[in-house]
Amino acid sequence: MKRSLKVEETVFRVLMILSTAFILLILGVIIYSVFEKGMRALSLEMLTHIPEGGYYYGKGGGILNAIVGSMVLAFGATILAFLIGLPVALYINVFLHGKPKLVNLIRFILDLIWGIPSIVYGAFGFTLMVLIGLQTSLLAGIITVTLFILPIMIRSMDEIFRTVPMGLMEASYSLGSNKSELAFKIFTRQSVSGIITAVLLSFGRAIGDAASVLFTAGYTDNLPNSLLEPVATLPLSIFFQLASPVPEVQARAYASALVLTVIILIVSLFSRGLGKRYHKTKINF
Amino acid sequence: MEPAIKINNLDVFAGKTQILKNINCEIQKKMITVILGPSGCGKTTLLKCMNRLTDLYPELKVSGEILINEKNILDPGADIYKLRQSMGLLSQRPYPLPMTIYNNIAYALKLRGVTKRRELHKLVMDYLKQAALYDEVRNRLREPASRLSIGQQQRLCLARGLAVNPEIILADEPTSALDPISSRFIDEKFQELKKDYTIVVVTHVLRQARRIADNVIFMYLGEIIEQGPSTEFFENPKQEKTKLYLEGMFN
Ligand SMILES: Nc1ncnc2c1ncn2[C@@H]1O[C@H](COP(=O)(O)OP(=O)(O)OP(=O)(O)O)[C@@H](O)[C@H]1O
Ligand SMILES: [Mg+2]
Repeated sequence: MKRSLKVEETVFRVLMILSTAFILLILGVIIYSVFEKGMRALSLEMLTHIPEGGYYYGKGGGILNAIVGSMVLAFGATILAFLIGLPVALYINVFLHGKPKLVNLIRFILDLIWGIPSIVYGAFGFTLMVLIGLQTSLLAGIITVTLFILPIMIRSMDEIFRTVPMGLMEASYSLGSNKSELAFKIFTRQSVSGIITAVLLSFGRAIGDAASVLFTAGYTDNLPNSLLEPVATLPLSIFFQLASPVPEVQARAYASALVLTVIILIVSLFSRGLGKRYHKTKINF
Repeated sequence: MEPAIKINNLDVFAGKTQILKNINCEIQKKMITVILGPSGCGKTTLLKCMNRLTDLYPELKVSGEILINEKNILDPGADIYKLRQSMGLLSQRPYPLPMTIYNNIAYALKLRGVTKRRELHKLVMDYLKQAALYDEVRNRLREPASRLSIGQQQRLCLARGLAVNPEIILADEPTSALDPISSRFIDEKFQELKKDYTIVVVTHVLRQARRIADNVIFMYLGEIIEQGPSTEFFENPKQEKTKLYLEGMFN
């Protein structure tokens, strides 16, 4: 009896170690290949020039169009999603506090929406554009990506607000605060680092997604200069250029992959770091 | 004299279980009333009824009457924000607001309508002094309040509670998380504050009750067993259960 338990434990431990090692191995291979190919493709010119002679044929230039385009689009979408998402998450936790059934339903729906693949958002965005007569453009891309990251933004802030202790709510109400004051003055301040984490997480999703911008933002050689014109993005820079037979064009794809990976790594590291600090202050409280 | 709070036939249900059973009592003005009783008897719930924090718990069904200035505060139409401002709350654990020490008090003052900067500053200092916190924090007013020790946080919460200019102070085991020195400070502070405020203190520490109470309300399993002036209650209890409790049989 004791023996078999011990055997079982060893088997599971070995399985766990194997699967962890396997995941780490794959991650290592991916990061290695991205860095290896990307570093060779990367140069100052790559980072500071737009493609020369068209992104699909031209051999010169770089990926500045995609770097700036992605940044602008992801920033725009993140800001919009934040402005919509923060009041919604506060509403759920302050105004709907005491209606657990409704709140659970809302959370459930948001989680369902979170699970919808981004290509569906792309298609939806495209339908919407046709409906209101909008061309593929930075604006259309921002709107679509906003919709795509909105459930992520709301639910991750929601999870943070849920941890606000009941005692703090009671303390602020007992001073005579109303619900808006509790939401915007107490909840937000209590959750600053958690909110930043949610924003970074959403930004990472916004900048990394290809499918939602495919039909909506389009692609261009140029730097973004108008909300109503197409904009280049890093994921599509990989998608459109990797399959090219021309090595110089391929190099742009590898460089884009590297830049995108580095941006996302930085963003995740930051949000992890903040998350940790957040928990520390929580315990201290 | 007219009581500060008069409670008539108060019942509180959580689902099918009755937490408070037909509570009838009076809280006298400018005295310390201690609500005494073993753990789980409903002391906190009774206290939370008085400033309608029970509203935050939709599972609680409250019925009956709580009269303050002849108005029933349990009325759905009662102005709960004003009601809550007329009471300062000290909870078992201090919950400083997530802002600086200074702003913890300034926040309360702003809610009461103080807006001029100079007046705000002066009042913040006044309330810090009242809570005997001024000397310890005057050089760190811009630090987050969460950096203070628990005892200091509780005094900050007292200062903050006084800053809304209440008439009544509700305190739920305010010293149970504190060191002996901070505890004694709070007890003594209450003695001093009762000149100007009506004070209700929940405790299950007999010694503390004896030390500070003018009136005692003794509860057991959701009911008031006995209430009256402190000396009477401790020297000459009427009820069997009270006698047993005072002999320490319930703990
Ligand atoms: N929101 C609630 N839902 C269900 N039951 C509750 C709720 N709040 C309190 N109770 C129950 O009501 C009873 C009284 O609780 P209360 O917190 O008022 O007791 P207490 O006298 O303050 O105890 P303690 O000395 O331990 O703080 C307990 O049995 C508790 O479990
Ligand atoms: Mg209690």
